[in-house]
Amino acid sequence: MLDSVKELLVILVGSSLVNNVILSQFFGLCPFLGVSKKTSTAAGMGGAVIFVITLSTAVTGVIYKYILKPLDITYLQTIVFILVIAALVQFVEMFLKKFMPSLYQALGVYLPLITTNCAVLGVAITNVQKEYGIGTGIINGFATALGFTIAIVILAGIREKMEYNDVPESFKGMPIVLLTAGLMAIAFCGFSGLL
Amino acid sequence: MNSAKERLLNGILKENPTFVLMLGMCPTLAVTVSAINGLGMGLTTTVVLALSNVFISLLRKIIPDKVRIPAFIVIIASFVTMVQLLLQAFIPFLYSALGVYIPLIVVNCIILGRAEAYAYQNPPVPSFFDGLGMGLGFTFALTIIGAVREILGAGELFGYYIMPKGYVPVNIMILAPGAFFVLAALTAIQNKVKIIGEKKGKDMSKIQSGCSHDCMNCEDAGCSHRFYDAQAGEKADTESVKEENREKGE
Repeated sequence: MLDSVKELLVILVGSSLVNNVILSQFFGLCPFLGVSKKTSTAAGMGGAVIFVITLSTAVTGVIYKYILKPLDITYLQTIVFILVIAALVQFVEMFLKKFMPSLYQALGVYLPLITTNCAVLGVAITNVQKEYGIGTGIINGFATALGFTIAIVILAGIREKMEYNDVPESFKGMPIVLLTAGLMAIAFCGFSGLL
Repeated sequence: MNSAKERLLNGILKENPTFVLMLGMCPTLAVTVSAINGLGMGLTTTVVLALSNVFISLLRKIIPDKVRIPAFIVIIASFVTMVQLLLQAFIPFLYSALGVYIPLIVVNCIILGRAEAYAYQNPPVPSFFDGLGMGLGFTFALTIIGAVREILGAGELFGYYIMPKGYVPVNIMILAPGAFFVLAALTAIQNKVKIIGEKKGKDMSKIQSGCSHDCMNCEDAGCSHRFYDAQAGEKADTESVKEENREKGE
């Protein structure tokens, strides 16, 4: 029991901080750069990503274990996963709109952006490659999404402060944000001592 | 407009997906630790892009408008799976170097973007050259970025040591932060070109018009597309209503 808890803890820390999904693996870079102007929107995006990735790792894990593996068609995983994820996002959006309007107001605008986010597909495939079980896979998905949220909220906080700085003309906009992300990546390298 | 040469040049120079549009940034940053990896990733993407463009263009009159995005995704994912299996069988070192980024070609904005913007509206032959041009442009960019990082970070180019003897490699350039720094430098150059161009009165709106610029407002790059495009009809409806209202107001 203690061993499995320890293992899960290692996955949680490893996927959220040490191998941060954006700063060391570059999954989901589009929303990371595009939706990080304000802390509130960044947190909304992070919430939506946590929600979708946790749900999609559960669904893809079940599909892999009970459909693809027994039928011996694991080579179809890319096609199946991307379709399932895209359909799931759309379905979640419809469901929230109809039954949980308050949650939809908070996350709704971000959901379509996640459909073709590499992070969602990336985690599903990583889970398969590392041969995680369904439960471990979900924890890994949640931890990865948490890492995304941490990174995007920190970046948004820094960008809010940077708004009034005197940045050289050609470094305005994207370049300075990328430099900030690079420095954050160096800082996150420090976490590798944790494990 | 649709000649093969024009399409190739368009992809490689005028609308280079990396250097001009800033599309498909995830693989660009992730795999460019060396020139050979960049080249491999670029060529793999080129094959998928050219084939899926041809296929989508052949089927453009059959695919219903409403389910076109799922149809594109299935076609693209099929080609990616084929290429992945071929790499695994014949070029195993590249397969292990690129790892999870091969299946992730499916969600590369460039491919869905070209399917939507070009192949779905044009005949197969120009679509093929469009995909080939865009792919080669991507390959060209990835190889150059990979080469820069490899030279600075390891002092090597394509695995051969080329720097003078006293050179101390800057290790960070081949680690994750280095990718961000190289891209920062690249976008700073783009900004400079843009500023100079605009002063001369040229149209520079294409530069950085890809989705990493602003995800929330990217319409044609593919990354914010809904899977099942029921909203597209709604949107058009509300727009036409707005227009009607405007006309009435006037």
